Amino acid sequence: MSTPGNGSGNGNGHHVDASVSAESEGGASQFQIAPPPGELTKKDFVSNQEVRWCPGCGDYAILNNVQKVMPELGISREKMVFVSGIGCSSRFPYYMNTYGFHSIHGRAPAIATGIKAANPELSVWVITGDGDALSIGGNHFVHVLRRNLDINYILFNNRIYGLTKGQYSPTSVFGQRTKSTPMGVIDYPVNPLSLAIASEATFVARSIDIDVKHLGTMVEAAAKHKGVSFLEVYQNCNIFNDGAFDYFAERSVRSDKVLYLEHGKPMIFGKDRNQGIRMNGAHPEVVTIGENGITEADILVHDINLQDPSVAFMLARMEQPDFPQPVGVFRAIERPSYDGMLAAQIDTAIAKSGPGSLDKLINSGDMWTVE
Amino acid sequence: MSAVLEPPVETINKQLEELDTVTIRFAGDSGDGMQLTGTQFTNTSAIVGNDISTLPDFPAEIRAPAGSLPGVSGFQLNFSSHDIRTPGDQPNVLVAMNPAALKVNLPDLEEGGTMIINTDEFTKENLEHAAYKSNPLEDGSLTGYRVHMLPISTLNVNALKGNVDLSRKEIARCKNFFALGVLYWLYDRPLDPTLNWINAKFRKNPELAKANEVALKTGYNFAETTEVFTTHYTVKKAVIAPGRYRKITGNEATAIGFVTAAELAGRTLFYGSYPITPASDILHELARHKNFGVKTFQAEDEIAAVCAAIGASFAGHVGLTGTSGPGVALKQEAIGLAVMTELPLVIINVQRGGPSTGLPTKTEQADLFQAVWGRNGECPAIVIAPATPSDCFDMAIEAVRLAFKYMVPVFYLSDGYLANGAEPWAVPAIEKLPRIEVKFATDPKNFMPYARDERTLARPWALPGTPGLEHRIGGIEKQNITGNVNYDPENHHLMVKLRQEKVDRAVADIPPVEVFGDQSGKVLVLGWGSTYGSITSAVERMRNEGKSVSSVHLRHLNPFPGNLGAVLSNFETVIIPEMNLGQLCTMIRAKYLVDAVAFSKVKGRPFQIREIVRKVEEYL
Repeated sequence: MSTPGNGSGNGNGHHVDASVSAESEGGASQFQIAPPPGELTKKDFVSNQEVRWCPGCGDYAILNNVQKVMPELGISREKMVFVSGIGCSSRFPYYMNTYGFHSIHGRAPAIATGIKAANPELSVWVITGDGDALSIGGNHFVHVLRRNLDINYILFNNRIYGLTKGQYSPTSVFGQRTKSTPMGVIDYPVNPLSLAIASEATFVARSIDIDVKHLGTMVEAAAKHKGVSFLEVYQNCNIFNDGAFDYFAERSVRSDKVLYLEHGKPMIFGKDRNQGIRMNGAHPEVVTIGENGITEADILVHDINLQDPSVAFMLARMEQPDFPQPVGVFRAIERPSYDGMLAAQIDTAIAKSGPGSLDKLINSGDMWTVE
Repeated sequence: MSAVLEPPVETINKQLEELDTVTIRFAGDSGDGMQLTGTQFTNTSAIVGNDISTLPDFPAEIRAPAGSLPGVSGFQLNFSSHDIRTPGDQPNVLVAMNPAALKVNLPDLEEGGTMIINTDEFTKENLEHAAYKSNPLEDGSLTGYRVHMLPISTLNVNALKGNVDLSRKEIARCKNFFALGVLYWLYDRPLDPTLNWINAKFRKNPELAKANEVALKTGYNFAETTEVFTTHYTVKKAVIAPGRYRKITGNEATAIGFVTAAELAGRTLFYGSYPITPASDILHELARHKNFGVKTFQAEDEIAAVCAAIGASFAGHVGLTGTSGPGVALKQEAIGLAVMTELPLVIINVQRGGPSTGLPTKTEQADLFQAVWGRNGECPAIVIAPATPSDCFDMAIEAVRLAFKYMVPVFYLSDGYLANGAEPWAVPAIEKLPRIEVKFATDPKNFMPYARDERTLARPWALPGTPGLEHRIGGIEKQNITGNVNYDPENHHLMVKLRQEKVDRAVADIPPVEVFGDQSGKVLVLGWGSTYGSITSAVERMRNEGKSVSSVHLRHLNPFPGNLGAVLSNFETVIIPEMNLGQLCTMIRAKYLVDAVAFSKVKGRPFQIREIVRKVEEYL
């Protein structure tokens, strides 16, 4: 029952000179209090760090859009935290003049869980890529979504490994030849939205890097959702997978091949706005309004608030060439968030037992007195 | 050796003998309630004033097949009229509830030791389960021991049948309380503490309360009246400093130690963990203390558990993660991230037998290298280790203090023996515990995320939510002071040295080692972690015999206390007993160029006092 002694400390000698000069890249100027939320502009969210993505990368458009949307959220700058893993997209936090954490491969959702649980007042954003989120971080992907942590999760999907220079990713198409698959990919790709819906995500959306206006709307919608918001962005890697999404996203074909989902509106697409999705029994099909007696009334109306995820899942499975590639909000339902319930449990415990008393804590259990 | 079904009418006049120390091992099937029986005996012994030390020994399987060898669960208790530090080298008494329990535990029983055997379970089937070719109760193989054969199951059923409204199965499960009653008479213990416990525990089920009470009392009365026992024993009160005591296990002390540390720092405790033996009890205990604001997060895996703790630390909580060796292996990359981002973090490793899955329920100290050197790159962390179950409380506070002050991860190396072993803890006065100082950056003027504290070299802790301090951290190398991403060779060299220097400088904050015994002499026994009890007891015993032996126990393993080198140089031989192949020994040899001797035991069991005595004697 005795323990070794605990005396006072003593010091030792050698030191490293820590006062090495700060060759600051404009270091000091970045530390200034931002104006109140109502007066923030895009500029307030641009950090002083040089952006180092390849010229022409889709990441620029996403960064630009996020910086543009931020002032519209009414959240003060110091309350924003961008968390990322590893990969090209994961450099994102360095370019945002907010708090940021560039963590390790795949683990951003777990870091974000700790941040949000510790301080639910923060607006926490996870920035990730297809390899980071779905391969090495696949486990955290599932669990952060089912946890319904009140964070925003943006997955930059370029269907390739960029930072490691061109190996296939879990979203690379079957048969694709890459540096690591010279004879073609023989893994079947995962569909991020299917997985997100299966993981009980309460907000699921998709957009395209070059569709700037739509992307901004989606970022804003994600930010405003209470609970976890999952946004997949098709993002072009112009070095290792250039044009991967051109077959539907390229401006000249986009209106015919992309379905813009809008809540409460029929699922109509096409240059002439005469193509639509109709249910044929349990299956969706593409129909033309005005042909074979089909009217707008036959077209499926989008409802993002359905508790049952079946329709959202069905939409997530639709893809070119059999169907238009859907973008927009697939699903947005309300469910208490993990961070909210964690705080509530603490409140309940305090209401029930009173605030913790150390004296009570240590003086409990099997106790006795020695006179 | 007579088996008596009915107690005789007349009470025999029995002798009461005084003993100094007794070690009992309760052993039975994992469903027999041996942990509970042992715990009750322990609590009662503490209440009557003995010093106590206990060690449970249970199988990794929740319920191995009944009667099988892997299903044996044991609980060892040492109670004494003097100061003790271990659960005892060898049991003097073995309570064996079935043949498997006898077979597994008999090799540990002292020569000529006492056995109390439940003969009812020595059926042909159970003997086969325990791989006995013949019945040891009949074939003479127990000659030389004092064997008390009691049909405990039958006696228990007879006491309860018709007396309580319970099923046969429920009645049968009371037999451990019958056995406890027998032991209470045999060692002159009062029944009240256990009766009180029964009534509180089964408040909502009066029939069960009654059954256990009757079983306990009948066992006691039976022992008093039966001819099986002619003598019983008493162990007097130990001389213990006056005060309030609590029986505490290492895991309990760890959990409440971290709750206390967070309170002393005025911060919220965040515990990220994934269930793993033998650390899970810390999660269970912490989850009960939400009214302290404690946030427990049962993560999807070990990696998420530590990453969430790092995230919480970034946001200003006490970031704590807990696991055992295999879990640490998974967490190491993230611990490197905490080293790189210079955030405080505490990693509890309740070490168990390794490598890989190893021996989940057995103790070992083989994760020292893993803690000190187990990450990629030059990746230093502070490493500390509690020495006893109650020391876990103090070292938890120490871990948080050092992590906050130096902005570094701190490893806290407990082990299975400390985690589950129990001892009396002199409950401290809360107001006397020192506050843990926390400084957060708040002023945007001159703020630099990697500026350095002149003395500790710690960088400022700037919490998200603080206006004007928006900055980015990450695992990629940063420029000193500014925190900008930086690949410059000179800067990297500097940062590598700074991260090491921060840990080295913590030596200024850790107490010097104290020598138990003379400051110089023939042999110094150097230990760390849970070997404290056996080492100190062995050295004390040899010193009482006039031998030139001293000991030093390390609670800080990285950095080592500042005076350690000087202390080591004052002895002819340094012997380092460890439950590994000589990890501390390697570190000591490397750092101090001392020809230290490794004394290894890697059997999943703690050192016995006599093992250390024998080893030391080789060098005297």
